[in-house]
Amino acid sequence: MKYLNEFRDGETAQKLFREIARVTTKPWALMEVCGGQTHSIIRNGIDQLLPAGIELIHGPGCPVCVTPLEMIDKALAIASKPGVIFSSFGDMLRVPGSEKDLFRIKGEGADVRIVYSPLDALKIARENAGRQVVFFGIGFETTAPANAMAVSLAAKERLDNFSVLISHVLVPPAMEAIMTSPINRVQAFLAAGHVCSVMGYWQYPLLAERHGVPVVITGFEPLDVLDGIRRAVIQLEAGTHEVENAYGRVVSFEGNKPAQEMLARVFEVTDRVWRGIGMIPKSGWRLSREYRDYDAEYRFEVSGLVTKESPLCRSGEVLQGAIKPTECPAFGTVCTPRSPLGATMVSSEGACAAYYNYGRFVNIVDMAIA
Amino acid sequence: MCLAVPGQVKDIFEAGGTRMGRVNFGGITKEVCLAYLPDIRVGDYTIVHVGFAISKIDEESAEKTLQMFHDLGLLEEELGGVT
Repeated sequence: MKYLNEFRDGETAQKLFREIARVTTKPWALMEVCGGQTHSIIRNGIDQLLPAGIELIHGPGCPVCVTPLEMIDKALAIASKPGVIFSSFGDMLRVPGSEKDLFRIKGEGADVRIVYSPLDALKIARENAGRQVVFFGIGFETTAPANAMAVSLAAKERLDNFSVLISHVLVPPAMEAIMTSPINRVQAFLAAGHVCSVMGYWQYPLLAERHGVPVVITGFEPLDVLDGIRRAVIQLEAGTHEVENAYGRVVSFEGNKPAQEMLARVFEVTDRVWRGIGMIPKSGWRLSREYRDYDAEYRFEVSGLVTKESPLCRSGEVLQGAIKPTECPAFGTVCTPRSPLGATMVSSEGACAAYYNYGRFVNIVDMAIA
Repeated sequence: MCLAVPGQVKDIFEAGGTRMGRVNFGGITKEVCLAYLPDIRVGDYTIVHVGFAISKIDEESAEKTLQMFHDLGLLEEELGGVT
């Protein structure tokens, strides 16, 4: 496929690896923000082929992983109500709530449907006028324009049986939180390319300046990721902290203006709890007052929920880059993609699932010692 | 989650007042919402996420990046050959 295969070429990858090795003189810790990048790195073994000392810390950019437990429990409560059709992206279905997950309650008789796009949920609502259709609107800035459009169209068509359970999270406040955390080890960011395709990257020069951290807007194919690493290492070695765009074919400085205008109308900024991390101020979106009639949290009475996290799961530390998945005793033993304890083992973009699916059961360091 | 796939716009039409189109992903064609890319034309490449085209691929920039990859290390190889 055009614009995929060219960016997966093995010989060029080797050239980029040689370049990275040539410019590296010291150990550096880089964070790839997005789970899609983590997936690409582990799948292609990029981390294992980098010079010793270049560490990739896997970031919190997996919306499925950071959707707060309380929101999963709310989804379960709403989906269990009689007459409700609950629609969601497929990877949310196995995310563990306090007691059950959406798959489990589907098996118990709830009408839970997987959709590819929020527009599919809208279609279900049009075809089921007598029933309440709820869509689980999660995701980062990349997904938000799609969810905003669904809400906007529902309002335009007066589809009163449609509502959304919104749990949107925003990337720049999370990067800010990482840099100010006392356990932070991140020295450079590979910023999330598709988030930037919507939002642009005008938000990052301030962050780069304030924390002296290079930010490289990075894509997802192996060559994109390698070029992001190469540029970040060059900056670290030179002691600079610029914002660079290594994904110019998709990302512009200003981003997608029509999408940003829609987002500004449909959503407003709110504080948001990130599962495994905690509350990050102004790090989410909820529906604006104008569209509140379409907010499932207001439409359905779901209060008094008591959340309960698995005491064994260390996904919070994984999400913050404090530990690698293999350092968690539950990894691959009591916690697997088929019966996950935490959300990082569920989504294909969660670091734990990526390590599990690509057979990373031991640390590279352990392998070297052995 | 933020997975987005490049494809080529095959046609553009209106459905219920919304700008839609068919996009070809290496042989598989899907209906996609084009509302956020008012300037995109048939034949252009776009990145699609959950049924929405979110960015037009800048073909010139793609070529430049590939050329840069091609040229990478050439100077060092030449210098390395001299010494």
